[in-house]
Amino acid sequence: MTEPLVRIEAVSRRFGEIRALEQVSLEIRQGEFFALLGPSGCGKTTLLRILAGFEHPDSGSVTLDDADLLAVPPHRRPVNLMFQSYALFPHMNVAKNIAYGLEREHLPKAEIRERVDAVLATIGLTGLARRRPNQLSGGQRQRVALARAIVKRPRLLLLDEPLSALDKKVRAEMQLELKRLQHEVGITFVVVTHDQEEAMSLADRVAVLSEGRVRQIDAPVPLYERPADLFVADFIGANNLVTGMVGADGLQVPGVGVLPCPVPAAAVGRAATLAVRPERVRLGTEGGLAGVVRDVTFFGGTTRVAVDVTGLDRPLLATVAGATAVALGDKTRVDWSASDAMLLGND
Amino acid sequence: MRRSNWLYVPAGLTYLFLYLPIAVLVVMSFNAADTPYRLDGFGTAWYGKLFADRAVREGLVNTLIVAAGATALSTVLGTLLAVGLARYTRSKLLDAIAVAPAVLPDIVLAIGLLAFYTAVQFTLGRHSILLAHAVFGTAFVAAVVRTRLAHVDGSLEEASRDLGATPLSTFARITLPSLAPGIIAGALLAFSLSIDEFVIAFFTTGPDNPTLPIVIYSMVRFGVTPEINALATLLLAVSFTFVLIAQRLSRLTESI
Repeated sequence: MTEPLVRIEAVSRRFGEIRALEQVSLEIRQGEFFALLGPSGCGKTTLLRILAGFEHPDSGSVTLDDADLLAVPPHRRPVNLMFQSYALFPHMNVAKNIAYGLEREHLPKAEIRERVDAVLATIGLTGLARRRPNQLSGGQRQRVALARAIVKRPRLLLLDEPLSALDKKVRAEMQLELKRLQHEVGITFVVVTHDQEEAMSLADRVAVLSEGRVRQIDAPVPLYERPADLFVADFIGANNLVTGMVGADGLQVPGVGVLPCPVPAAAVGRAATLAVRPERVRLGTEGGLAGVVRDVTFFGGTTRVAVDVTGLDRPLLATVAGATAVALGDKTRVDWSASDAMLLGND
Repeated sequence: MRRSNWLYVPAGLTYLFLYLPIAVLVVMSFNAADTPYRLDGFGTAWYGKLFADRAVREGLVNTLIVAAGATALSTVLGTLLAVGLARYTRSKLLDAIAVAPAVLPDIVLAIGLLAFYTAVQFTLGRHSILLAHAVFGTAFVAAVVRTRLAHVDGSLEEASRDLGATPLSTFARITLPSLAPGIIAGALLAFSLSIDEFVIAFFTTGPDNPTLPIVIYSMVRFGVTPEINALATLLLAVSFTFVLIAQRLSRLTESI
């Protein structure tokens, strides 16, 4: 693996009573696409602003290329931020906006023009160099903001909710574009998002944050398949979560029965939560739990069925391929393999 | 829904109430004869006579000096005050105190300034009026720029820092240009308030160099002449133009 570009160690930041970041430690590797994912208020934006230099931690250290980053003022950091609002300068045209950062480095005029033209071509906006930001569409503005940041060739590019202001179709397009661009320019990207689909589809690795703490750092697939705790299991993708006591042969849920799952010996006798993904849940006529179909949602490729099981306060979800034969109100049985479920501690 | 036509009647009467005196003034300024209250023919003789009047000319020069100086001072101070308030404090009280001189009764400010000048044994003249006008001018500029600031995306300055600009360069290249419409509107407002300000100027003026409103006042004491009407009409035109431009610019402010 490549070596870490950024090392964040034990960073804490409080705003009055609110703990925005609590002892956050993580490493971002050279050339990777890294995502900070979490619900609003989890501290991800604070961490991003610390990397950009607009916020200072109360304690902890941040290094970039093994040099202290916190001692460097924002305008001297080899780090650029693409703002959520894009923050394009309204009194300058597209070319001027993009050239702004290069002019601050006092580069020769010819080189500036060359690099601006090159980046305009990269993002496909060559014809719009003379436009003002208010004459551009949302997607175009986003490209300009991106161009303005990458033209500086930063060591680290930060993107604050890069796709949140775009409508659905443009968003999917930009998502691909971002990935392509990251490969092309080879800059390390750190994206902040509350949208788990966005994080999972864009990033090589994702750090899940909640209430100022890092819950798990992993690649998208292990994050989905092996969530480290209850929060991650619930936050990433859809999941069926059932609480009970761990018995010798599964999770005992009062009024429901014993649910199949792998049982580590150390967990027996403790309270725990069972997690099983909807696509692992089978509907049938035999075995498992008896229930009544409460809702059927057809998505085209798949169908999601919600089944009310007596004794559970939330319906169990099952995702089946294609259309399904069950209908609202049908009696059915719900089952899954023990190996497809996992147990998580209740803390 | 159908609009009720009769509502135009009270509206029309209200406008008449507002503008009838001014209309009379403008019409009378073109009076050909020497009768201030009765129109006898049409002419611009009084304008000619006005420009020949030395006291008026000097008053105009004094007024322009005071207004230009007060505007320059209040534009710089007001802008810095507005930016500083927005950036470094969340205190509502400081905010209110900053714009209070704009809404204080003129007479209060006038008495206060005179008392202050006397206490510190400051000489009175054009400079004392200039400083006095800068007091309320600053408050007006601060209020207008503050409104403009509220419409400007705060991340613009951060973006500038992020792209490698120093704080000073950011202020010059990003902050000032994005505040420009507000600053210009504030300056125009301060200027047009200064040129026709009477109460404060009257209290803080010295023995020489009276401003135009004071000159007019001393002329009126011996009765209104059509000359005064001509002068007032000119002042009206200037103020009106400035207010319109200021309004235009602050509307521009909201649309960005």
